[in-house]
Order: sequence, then C-alpha cells, then structure tokens
Amino acid sequence: MITVIDYGLGNVLAIANVYKIANIPVRVAKCKSELEGAEKIILPGVGAFDYAMRRLQESGMKEFVDDLVNVDHIPVLGICVGMQMMAKSSEEGALPGLGWIDSVVKKFDKDKLIEKTGLPHMGWNDYRVVRSMGLLNNLESHAKSYFLHSYYMKCNYNDDILALTEYGIEFASVVNHGNVFGVQFHPEKSHEYGSRLLLNFAEL
Amino acid sequence: MLRPRIIPCLLIRNKGLVKTILFKDDRYIGDPINTVKIFNEKHVDELIAIDIDASVKNCEPDYAMIANLARECRMPLCYGGGIKTVEQALKIIGLGVEKVAISSAAIQNPSLIEKLAKEIGTQSVVVVLDVKKKFLARSYETYLLNGKKASGYDPADLAEEMEKRGAGEIVVNSIDHDGAMRGYDLELASLIRDRISLPLTILGGAGSLRDIENLIMKFGIIGAAAGSLFIYKGPTRGVLINYPKPEEKDAIVSRSLGRFADSGFGISSVSV
Repeated sequence: MITVIDYGLGNVLAIANVYKIANIPVRVAKCKSELEGAEKIILPGVGAFDYAMRRLQESGMKEFVDDLVNVDHIPVLGICVGMQMMAKSSEEGALPGLGWIDSVVKKFDKDKLIEKTGLPHMGWNDYRVVRSMGLLNNLESHAKSYFLHSYYMKCNYNDDILALTEYGIEFASVVNHGNVFGVQFHPEKSHEYGSRLLLNFAEL
Repeated sequence: MLRPRIIPCLLIRNKGLVKTILFKDDRYIGDPINTVKIFNEKHVDELIAIDIDASVKNCEPDYAMIANLARECRMPLCYGGGIKTVEQALKIIGLGVEKVAISSAAIQNPSLIEKLAKEIGTQSVVVVLDVKKKFLARSYETYLLNGKKASGYDPADLAEEMEKRGAGEIVVNSIDHDGAMRGYDLELASLIRDRISLPLTILGGAGSLRDIENLIMKFGIIGAAAGSLFIYKGPTRGVLINYPKPEEKDAIVSRSLGRFADSGFGISSVSV
C-alpha cells in the first residue's frame, strides 16, 4: 500500500492514478489519522519552499511523517519541492527543511547556464545514474523526465546521489539515504519513464 | 541535455475543445479529456489548456474541469483562463496543475505576478502575451481579453517587466498568425527572445513540423506551441489529433539543434 500525502500541493491524483492503473493499492492521506499504518509514503510538491513547508505544518501531518520516516524507517519518496523539503534548508525560503538528507537547497547560478535558456530549468532532460538502485531499475540508460525548478539540492555526501542531471552544472536529480528517496523531476508527469520509477518505488 | 519543448495548445469554450482562426470563427473539435488521453499515448512534452471565455465573461475558472484535465495528464499541464487572484492560482496548483498562465490580469494588475511568484514559486508562473502587429507599422501591441482590447503596451517591454516581477515563462501568442498555419512570426519571437532570459514559448502559426524545426533552429532551446497543427490533418482541416512520434521528434530536435550549434552559439556547460 502506497500512501500519498495530500497537503494541498502537487499532483496527488495523477500519482494515485499511476498506481490504480497498475492495480497497486494506493490511498491519499489528508490528515494524521489517515497516515496511521502507512507502509510507504510519497511527498509530492509544486510551489515555493516556505509555502510548502507551511502547508505541511498546517496539515498537522509533519511530526507524524517525521516519526514514520525517522523512527519506523518506512520508505518515503519526495517529488520536486517534496524532495527539496527533505533538505536542511533552502535558499528559497527561511523555514527549516525536514533534514532527512544532509543537504541544502541552492539556486542555480544563472551565469553558468546555457545562453538564454535561463531559469527555471523547464522541460525534458536526461539523468545519468551514478549509483544503481531498485528505484532506477530499467531506467539506467536513456531515461528522460520533466523538470520544472530554479533550485536544486546540494548534497553534503556524494554517496546520497543516485543520479545527476546537467543544466549548466551537474546537480543531484535522484537522491537516496537509507529509507529516504527524492526525485527533482515530476515522475507523475513523465510518461512511461516516470510511471516506471513510481512502480519501482512500490516494489522496493 | 535539456530539449526544446513541443507543446499542443488546447482552447476550451463551454467545456469543449475549440480551434479559432485569428482569434475568431471558433470550431468545435471535441471533448478535451479524450484529447488529453490521445496526447498521453502520443507522449507529448507538455500541454497548455486555455479557457478562452473565462476572462471575457469574468467568471471563475472551472475547477472541476481543471481537476479532470490534471488527473488525466501524464505530462505537465499549464492552465490559463480567468485567473485574477493568488487564491485562485493556489487552488489550481492544488488540483495538480504544474503551471498557471496569466494574461489579461498580468497587464491590468502586474503586481499579481510578484505575489504569485512568492506563493507558488516563479517556476509555475506563466505570462501569456496575445500580440498583434500594429496597422501600417513595424511594431507590435499586446491585447487583453482574448484579443478584444488593445492594451497600448509593447510586448517586449511587457515581457521584460514580467521577468523582473517574477514570471517563470513567457508565452507569446500571435493573433495575426493564429490558425493561419503558415509558420511562426520569427521576427516577433526575436524581439522577445532578445529582451528576456526566461523560458520562452511561441504560439500561433505553426502549420507543419518544418515550422517547428525552423523555430528551434533559430532559437535553440525554446517552446514551440501549436493548436491547429496537432488537431487538423490535411488541407481540408479534417480533425485528427496528431503529434510527432518520439523518433520523429528526436530527429527534428537533433537536426535543428545541430544547425543551431553550427550557427556559433554552441551549447556549453561549466562544471562545478
């Protein structure tokens, strides 16, 4: 059973749809009680860092999710801002992050970017797998995904990086530390490449 | 490598998919959800859906319809039409839409863009400029309310201002080229490209994949959006939802980017 956290941000229904089509049990949690007994959780996200952190806090689920991840060690997958929320802090906001991955979220340096494409990093890009993992099964060559962001996660430990993507610099587009997983792109909006990744997460 | 985006643009009126010519003469095409399902199978890069009545009739965005579109889309969705407030935009993002497009309201109330950037993040704020060439002049003017009202503003000036205020993407829609299927207005695209360093998407005029190739060849990484091209087939404009196959798309991109690189711009990267 996959539990998708619905704190008012991100494409909860599109994620749930991928699992429904594959006959994998999925539920959506809007409050603490609906998180009880969760076995695997997905933290989606679209939007600004502080707004996302505030919404998660206001949903009443933040502390409970933190326990599920840090005490019960259940697998969690963060998507886009949901991944960035797993860092300690972000240059985009003032609120602290969840701190599940030893990292900070930084803004891309415009000066290092390809001329005129600017920020945000928007569109389909590839990723290069640097550490094999079940999450990336069958995605190890020629996988593409849709990116939409101006900030990226800078990991303090390279071991936490599963895949890198190039946009002026190479940044961590897939990360993993223990039971914590994050993807900077939108698997729910990346056709079969993204569905494959979400199904891989279910099989972990 | 980041790729150029090839984007079908769906116009919605009374919950139905329509297509216009020069922003007029709209023709009913079909059901938008069915169209999205077909575009899913064709692996489109992303979709733009615009409710062309919402701002004109001054009504609220149709949240139920937007939620249905967002749930079906296996690709990113940009929704526009009738968004005037931060609350409306937040609600739409909450329905699972990646980007909201603001047009009339961005011109009438530019500070909305700053507020949106702060709440939903720059990456999700798209400004759509509906542009018409001035009569007997070489310059252009931006229009409001689905092309019904001239704003008096030069589109390149507006694009620059919107970037400063926090827009994450500019979509330039040529009213003169809408539905004409005779190619993009490359001159207009150049005027805007020179003034901003944001993702830019050009809409209006694409009649063949060659037109898209020409746009990418000239500008490199850019959004090439089209309505008629992906909805009609053949000179009689029979309705047939279509989109280049992945290998066709790769060929277009590598041919045009190859020639783009030859033009001296080059694609460079700097490692950290």
